[in-house]
Parts: sequence; structure tokens; C-alpha cells
Amino acid sequence: MRPTRILLATTSLTLAAGLASAQDMTNDMTLVSWGGAYQASQQNAYVEPYLAMHPEVTAVWDESSNEAVAKLRAMNEAGNITWDLVDVVASDAIRLCDEGLAMEYDPDELLAPGDDGTPASEDFGDLIVSECFIPQIVYSTTFGYRTDLVGDTPPTKICDVFDLDAYPGKRALEKRPINNMEWALLCDGVAKEEVYDVLATPEGQEKALAKLDTIKDSVIWWSAGADTPQLLADGEVVMGSTYNGRLFSVIEEQKQPVAMLWDAQVFDLDGWIIPAGLPEDRLARVKDFVRFATDTQRLADQAKFISYGPGRASSAPLVGQHAELGIEMAPHMPTDPNNAQNTFLYNYEFWADYRDDIDAKFQAWLAK
Amino acid sequence: MSDQTTSGPVLAADGTPLKRSLSRALRRQKMRALLLIAPLLLFVLITFIAPIADMLFRSVENQIVQETLPKTVEALADWDPNSGQAPDEPVFAALAADLKIAVQEKTHTRLGSRLNYELTGASSLFRKSGRAVNRMDLETDAPFKEKFADIDKNWVEPDIWRTIQTYSPRYTSGYFLNAIDMQKGPDGAEARPENQQIYIMLFKRTLFMSLVITGSCILLGYPVAWILANLPMRTANLLMILVLLPFWTSLLVRTSAWKVMLQQQGVINDVLVWLGLVADDARLVMINNQFGTIVAMTHILLPFMILPMYSVMQTIPPSYLRAAKSLGATNWTAFWRVYFPQSVPGIGAGSILVFILSIGYYITPEIVGGTTGTFISNRIAYHISSSLNWGLGAALGAILLAVVLLLYYAYDKIVGIDNVKLGG
Repeated sequence: MRPTRILLATTSLTLAAGLASAQDMTNDMTLVSWGGAYQASQQNAYVEPYLAMHPEVTAVWDESSNEAVAKLRAMNEAGNITWDLVDVVASDAIRLCDEGLAMEYDPDELLAPGDDGTPASEDFGDLIVSECFIPQIVYSTTFGYRTDLVGDTPPTKICDVFDLDAYPGKRALEKRPINNMEWALLCDGVAKEEVYDVLATPEGQEKALAKLDTIKDSVIWWSAGADTPQLLADGEVVMGSTYNGRLFSVIEEQKQPVAMLWDAQVFDLDGWIIPAGLPEDRLARVKDFVRFATDTQRLADQAKFISYGPGRASSAPLVGQHAELGIEMAPHMPTDPNNAQNTFLYNYEFWADYRDDIDAKFQAWLAK
Repeated sequence: MSDQTTSGPVLAADGTPLKRSLSRALRRQKMRALLLIAPLLLFVLITFIAPIADMLFRSVENQIVQETLPKTVEALADWDPNSGQAPDEPVFAALAADLKIAVQEKTHTRLGSRLNYELTGASSLFRKSGRAVNRMDLETDAPFKEKFADIDKNWVEPDIWRTIQTYSPRYTSGYFLNAIDMQKGPDGAEARPENQQIYIMLFKRTLFMSLVITGSCILLGYPVAWILANLPMRTANLLMILVLLPFWTSLLVRTSAWKVMLQQQGVINDVLVWLGLVADDARLVMINNQFGTIVAMTHILLPFMILPMYSVMQTIPPSYLRAAKSLGATNWTAFWRVYFPQSVPGIGAGSILVFILSIGYYITPEIVGGTTGTFISNRIAYHISSSLNWGLGAALGAILLAVVLLLYYAYDKIVGIDNVKLGG
């Protein structure tokens, strides 16, 4: 096949280049991220310092993380990978790893040990959810509500989202089953530790959809992370789910009358993957960059620009104040003990198995 | 010379028969024309037709099962899927051998994702088994059936084996069946459970809403095109800029603007409440539903209707209307019997453009469609970029393409495609 031949040709070329000098590194990097405030935090916390240390290097951003899985697959089939480092959520990283599109790596070899000497594999710990995934941040999907539209008793529990009598008005929920199904079961009386056992059965899925059905007419379904903050700011919805960093910016940067409802927030991870099959010289540059960009100080620095928790345990004590607002960032982190009293961790294995099945049912239910 | 002209065939100046000479000249002309369009033809073939054909081919392609598990598929051929039992040891030995190779090539998880579209749980089953098989020794670890039962009890259930057997051929109708809310059951094609049926409904909705959008574009566009065609050139050109202005604004900006206008705390609702026409607690819901999608898409596609109408109307001489009136026709009769029939080709061209554009529209329904205003293209986008089920996405796309071609054919039969004019 043609792609294979091109691949072979590139590998032999890289082999030749590799023989000439093992330390050859290209000076161009294409980094893929989400755009917006998140990409800016990456630019500020580690890309700019890296470029300052290596003036010969140029880094180009591609804001394609949303379609990263599909695009990487297309690039792979065409035998022409143009990306060097791709920022994806953990579930996508697992998918890319399964498809053979992301490179497997050894944490202790590729990543720097923590500044207290802990090996990287222990410093990141359980957050390395796939052999290909290099964690950066912990974020959470949680609710924000309008303080001026909820009366004297602001919502404190996740189940207030399902309580139309106490909190009339529209809610914003994400247009996909993940998280919504868990919350629905939790508020339908299912114990937290049994949620996924129940959700694995057709009856459990029906149960969750039936619970969501009770508020279906009052829901605006969002598909982009920016939707809920906008809907909250316009007063279109009383409460809505989104990523905690987006809510932070609505509350602290735009000073809207919005507050956080941390109850039953769902932790998720975001990090890098290195595309499989990079030529030797580009791989060398990427490895050098990633080692720097995920060290203890750099991950702590990122939290100065956005309210997402650093992926390393050793970075947590170094989290300081917001770079422009000057407020302490620790209380705004999803991992802060006050905020993390009742949390979920995104169940990667469950959703990798059930995503196609439950999504079909969820979309059919939505369209009814 | 005179002998030849009277008895033999007609000859050209150089002595060859005129017929042959003529056909040679024509052929040369055709070749030259072909050479002239060759660059474009090649460009279209390579960058447009070939990728689409390649993508559509994926709707039936299913080689991954046979390529990843060749021995297993062969050993499984004799197994009776209705036996209610998992197959015997030889199949498990073949599976162990196949997986051993697959793990080295890292294709077992890819197969797992593929089979997970058909059987929930296949993804983690293959990921888990790959790790375990890697530690197995093919020579000494027999019997494998117990080993696989230890890894996951699903291996000794018939479900996974039935799925592997059903999807072992190199080409499958499974994606197409899925795209019309059916599935491959033990006894051939069967309807999917009712709580998973969605695609037929989405196809119908897409067609219905595209028709409504085309209709409202005709209603709104016709008077505008008429005014443009009948104003003096200078004023018409100025107004034309207003028609074209939306073209020069980003699609996303225009769609988001409709959100600001139509939402419950939006401009229109605010004005209605201020006028006292609508109670403050009963604001109209005009966005995130079908209505919002129809409004926003009508606005976006309107220029595609106005432009062909305008260019056709421009060619209708105003003297025809005057003649009709001087012969005693009322305004309405003159318009309906004389003017309108001549403007039909413009309506035809505009309708085809708007209808075909809207049937494949994706971004506007995604933003303003909510749950009742989304199109089939939104599901295609989901399967291409999110679930990575390209086979199903391709099948849905192929059906959509077939529907459009069918409608085009019907249009040609009923209205006649010669009756469509884009101008002049």
C-alpha cells in the first residue's frame, strides 16, 4: 500500500539521519492544544520559558485538540504526521493508544523526577491512566449557579439540579451521557459506589434516563465548554455544568454573579501524547521539551494562569497566586479539600466499553 | 478530378475522403478540449472523487477481524452460533496464537474498539486479554480455554464468539444496517431495540427541515429578487451589497448573533416583554429547537436563493408586463400568467442550491438546534470525529448522497434540469 511505502521511506530517511548524529534535534515543533485560556496558560508556563532557553527553536500551535483523534488517524493513514505533541483528555489518549496512534513511553525515563526526588512514575501515580498518556492537569466538570436567581437558599447538593420545585428555571447539561448518567443515578437513590454497576445494566441505563426525563424540558444541552459560562452570564440558565476553569473565569475574571457547586464534581485528566511514528530528530526535540514542560515547577506555574490542579503530587505545595488577579489559587483548585468532599473520578475503562452503547440510547432519548 | 467527384466519395483538398478528414478534425478538436480540461479533471479526480470514494468504501470494509485473527476465524467457521456454548479448545488455541502476534503489532486493541461498536465490553476484553496473552507461553500453557476463562469469563460465553463470527467476512453490511436502525442478529437482519433507533428519524427530519428552509427562502427571496431586478442599476447594485453582506461575515458570527436575538433573555423577547405582548415569566422559546434552526439557516442560505432568481428576472423584459396590461390583464393576472412562469427557472436553480446545501448542513444545527433541530450531518460528524466509527459515518454519508442523487433525478424528471438557469 502507498502509505506503508511512504512510511518506510521516511523511516529509512530518519534512520540515515539518526546514524549521522544521534543528538540531532529539529528546531520546529507543532504543538496541539485547545486554544483559549488553557492554551495561553501552557504558553506562559512552559513554552515561553523553553523558547527563552532555546532561542533557535520555534513552536507553532494548532488548536485542534477537539478533533485530535480523528485528525491523527487521518494523518497516520496518509503516512504524514505533522504534529509533534498533542494535548488531549485522558479518554482520548486511551483511544489513541488503543488505535496505535500514540507512542507508549516509560515515565521514569522520559519525565523528570519530582523536585523532592520522587520518580516520575510515583509523582504522577495513578494519573498515568494509559501507557501513552503524560498527565498535565486535573480538572473537573462541575456546576455553577446564578446567585441572584436561586433565592435565599443556594443549591448545595448535586440533586438540587434535579429539583425543579426549589430551583425553577433552565439548566445547562452537556449533550452526552458521560457524567449526566452518573449524576442522575446518584440522585435517584443509587449509592455512589454502585453507580457503575447499575449503569452497566440496561435497567440502570433506563433508570438514569428516566431521572433525566424529569428535567428534560428544562435543559439546554451544550456541546462546547464556552456555552455554559455564556448562558450563565446572560441569565439564560439558573445553573449549568462545565469545566471548573471556565467557571473560575466567569466568577473571578468577569465578576458575574455566579458561584460554584462543587458537590459530585467529576475529576478528569488532560495531558500530552506523542504521536506514534515520529522521525528520530523530531522525537528527540519533543522528548526534550516534554521533560521540561512537565517538571514540578512548570506544572505548578501553570496553575498561576488557570484554576486546574497540577498533575504531579510534588507541584501541589508550590501552587501560588494568580498571575494577574493576585488571588490565592489553592482554594479554587478542584483538588482543594474543601471542594473535594464528594467527588467522582471519570471511569475511563467503563466509558471506553459503554460509550458507544449508552450514547446510542442517550441520543435516541434526546431526540424523542 | 471531375471523374472522381462523380463516381467516388467526396474528397477533401488533400485527397482523403471528406468524411474521414472531417472526423479526424473533430477528434483532434475533442482531444484539444480534453487536454484543456485535463488539469481540472485530474484535480477533481484526485482531490475530490478519490477521497470520497475511499471514505464511502469504508462503509462496507471490514478486514480488520480477519487480518488480526486469521487462525481464529478459520477455526471458528465450524462453530454453531446457536449452540449456546463457547467453542472448544482448538479455537482458543488459535486465539492465543493470533493474539500473541497482534499484541506485538499492537493491533489487538484496535480490533477491540472495532468490535466494541457491535458488542459492549469488547474494548476492555481485548485490552485485558492482550496483557495476559503476552505473558503466556504458546508451547506449554495449553489448554487455553481455562486460561481465557480466567482472564475474563466473557470468553466462555457465546456472545463475543458470535460477534467475531458475524463480523469475520472482509466486507459487511453491518454499518449500513446500523445506519437504518437495524442490526445483524443470529437470524440475519433485524430491527434495533426501539430505545436505540434514531437514524431513520433523523433522515426524515433532515429532509423535512431542508424543504421548509427552501420554502421559506423562496417566500422571502422572491420579492427581494423582484425589487432588485426592477430598480435602476445604481440602486440595485447598492442593495445587492446588502444581500451579499452576510457572505462576508463569518458563519459562526451570524449563527451566534441569532442566539443573542432569539434566546429567552434575548433582544426579541426583551422587546416583546417591554411592549407587554408577552408576560415576563412566559418568554417565548425560539432557540435550541427546530424553529431556531429554520430561522438561522433561512437567513444564512437566503443569498443562494436570491442571486439565481435575480439574474433570471433581469432577463425578463418589462415590456411583456406592459403588453399584458395594455391587453386588459389585471396586475395579478399579468404577474401570475406572464411574469411568474418566466421566473420559474430562477426558483428552480435557487431551490436546488438551497436544498442541497441545507441537507448537508452541520454547524448551524449544532449551535442552535438543541435536540429537536439537529440534522443527520451532526451524527455523521460525531461518528467521524468523536466515536471514530468511520464505517458508520461513511454508511450514513453514502445514504445521504444516494438520497440527494435520487431527489435530483426526480427533480430532473418532473421539472426538467434544462429548466434551471443560473443566469442570462
